[in-house]
Amino acid sequence: MTNFIKIAGVFVSLVLLSACTTGGNVGVDPNAGIDTTQTAGPVGAIPGSQQDLEENAGHRVFFAYNQYTLTPQAQSTLARQAAWLQEYPEARILLSGNCDERGTREYNLALGARRAEAARSYLASLGVDRARITTVSYGKERPIDPRSTEEAWSLNRNSTTTIKSVGS
Amino acid sequence: MNRIFAILLTIIAALCANAASARVTIDITQGNVDPMPIAAPDFLGVDDSTTSLGRDITSVLMNDLERSGLFQVIDQRAYIEKPEGVNVRPRFADWRIINAQVLIVGDVVELPDGRMQVSTRIWDVYSDEQVGAVAFKTPADNWRRAAHKVADFVYKTLTGEAGYFDTRVVFVHETGPKEKRVKRLMIMDQDGANPVPLTDGLNYQVLTPRFSPTQQQITYMALFDNRPGQVFLFNIETGEQEQLGTFRGMTFAPRFSPDGRQVIMSMERNGNSDVFKMDLATRRLTRLTDHPAIDVSPTMSPDGRRFAFASDRGGSQQIYTMTADGSDQRRITFGEGRYQTPVWSPRGDLIAFTRQYKGRFYIGVIRPDGTGERLLTESYLDEGPTWSPNGRVLMYYRQTPTRRDGTGGNSALWSVDLTGRNQRRVRTPADASDPAWSPLLP
Repeated sequence: MTNFIKIAGVFVSLVLLSACTTGGNVGVDPNAGIDTTQTAGPVGAIPGSQQDLEENAGHRVFFAYNQYTLTPQAQSTLARQAAWLQEYPEARILLSGNCDERGTREYNLALGARRAEAARSYLASLGVDRARITTVSYGKERPIDPRSTEEAWSLNRNSTTTIKSVGS
Repeated sequence: MNRIFAILLTIIAALCANAASARVTIDITQGNVDPMPIAAPDFLGVDDSTTSLGRDITSVLMNDLERSGLFQVIDQRAYIEKPEGVNVRPRFADWRIINAQVLIVGDVVELPDGRMQVSTRIWDVYSDEQVGAVAFKTPADNWRRAAHKVADFVYKTLTGEAGYFDTRVVFVHETGPKEKRVKRLMIMDQDGANPVPLTDGLNYQVLTPRFSPTQQQITYMALFDNRPGQVFLFNIETGEQEQLGTFRGMTFAPRFSPDGRQVIMSMERNGNSDVFKMDLATRRLTRLTDHPAIDVSPTMSPDGRRFAFASDRGGSQQIYTMTADGSDQRRITFGEGRYQTPVWSPRGDLIAFTRQYKGRFYIGVIRPDGTGERLLTESYLDEGPTWSPNGRVLMYYRQTPTRRDGTGGNSALWSVDLTGRNQRRVRTPADASDPAWSPLLP
C-alpha cells in the first residue's frame, strides 16, 4: 500500500511537471519555483533592461529579401531605440545581423554584417555614440523561426539589438 | 588517429608492366556514356583471416568503382570461373560470356613482419591481356586504405587519370534544432567510413572548412556568440587550433592557395566585405579588392595567377576573376539569378559554383573565361561545391525545406560527376553540410 502511494505520488508529480513544460514558461522564467501567485501588484520590466528595451522600443528591425536598406518601420523602431539609449547612457549594445536561408552561407554572413551596420549607422545618425555599439553577423545560422515559409524568412531577416551591459 | 597519417602503404612493384597498344580505356572527358562492365571476384586469401580481408577489400573496391559512375560491377553470382590465383592466367572466354570487359583479380598474403600484401592484376577480357598490376604492403587494420589504393590504381589504369578514392572529406556535423544548431568539424573517408569528430562544438559553430592542398591542415570559420566570427587553422595530426590573426571585423570564407602557403578570405570592416590574402609564414595581410560592394568566397586558380570571387558590384551577385595582385577584373557569369561560391577546379579547366534562380539552387560549372556554363544539380537548396582532387567529381550539401510542423530541414552530403547524371548521397553519421575534399593521401 505504501509502495502504491509512493508510485502514485511520483506519477502525480510527473503529470504536474509535464503540465508545466507544455505551459512553456518553466525553462525561461527566472522565477520558476517561486510561488508566483503570492506576488502582489503588476510586475513590469526593470528599467534599462533587455526586457524594457523590447517592450518599450522594440529590439528587432526587419529587412526585405536580399536587402539591407532600412524600411520606414525599421527606422521608427531604431528611433525609439536611440531615445531609449539616451535615457540609459551607460548601456552598450550588440547589433546582430541575420538572414533567411535563401542565400549561400558566405554571402549571408556578409549580408548580415551589412544589416547590422545599417542599424548601427542609423542609430549613430540619431546621436548614439558609435563606440557604444558593436556588431556581429550570424548570417543564416541563427534563425528565429526554423520553418521554410515566407513568414519565417521575413522574421529571420533582421537586425537584433541586445543590451551588453548597463552601467550601475 | 596518428596511425592513419603514418603512411602505411608502399607500392612495392608493378608486377609486370605491360604497355599494350590497343588496351581497354575509358574516356572520361567525353561526358560519360555507358559504364564499363567490370568483374571483380573476391580477392583470394590463404587462410580464414586473409580470405575475410580479401572479401572486405573487394567490397570497398567495388563500391568505389560503382559510385564513380564509370563502372558497372557485374554481380558475383554470374561469374563462371573461380580464379585460382593472382598469378594464374584467367579463362577469358568465361568472362566474355558474362560481358565483362575488364577483370580484376587479387589476393591477400600475410607477410613475416605481420603486415599484409595486397596484389592486384587488371585484365582486358577482350584482348586477353594484362593492362596493369600492382601490390601494396600495409598493416592488416589498414585494409580500407589498401582497397581505396587498388580502386585508384584501377581508375588510373583505365582512364589515364589519377583517382580520388584514397582521400578524406572534412565536413560540418550538425545536431540539434535549427535555431540552436550544434555544428562540429568532422572528418571521414571519402566513402563515409571512419567518421571522427575534430571539434566539440561547445564554444562556437564551425562553418565552411577547407582542406589544405599540401598538408594535413584545415581552415574554417568559427562563428561565436556575441563577437564577430573569425578564420581558424586546424592541424589534423596534432589537433591544434589557432585563430588566424586578431581582427576587429569578421573574417570568413577562407580557402588555401594552391601551394598551401596562403589563405585567401573575406574580411568585413564597418559592414563591407572585401577579399584579402594572408601569408601563413609571415602573417602579412594583403588587400586584393577594395570596393563598396560585397566581395566574398575567393578561390585561387591552381597556377596561382588569378582568383575568382563572388560580388554584387554589378547589382546581383556574379562571379568575377582578377589577377593575383587584384588587377584585370573580368566578370564571367551573366545568367539570371545569383551566382555564388566559386571554386576553381584543381585541374584549372572549370570553376564550380552555386546558382540561385527563381527560388531554386543549382550546382554548376563554367570555364574560367565564362563560356560553357552547365548546371549539374537542382533542389530547394544545394550549396557549397568541393572538387575531388582529380577535378572530375563534386561534393556539395543539400538541405530540404523545413515543414510548417517543424519537421524536415535536413542537410546531407551529395556527390555528382561532371555529366550531372551520377548524383549520389554520401553517408554521414547525422546531418551534414559544407564538405571539403582532401587531396590524395600520400
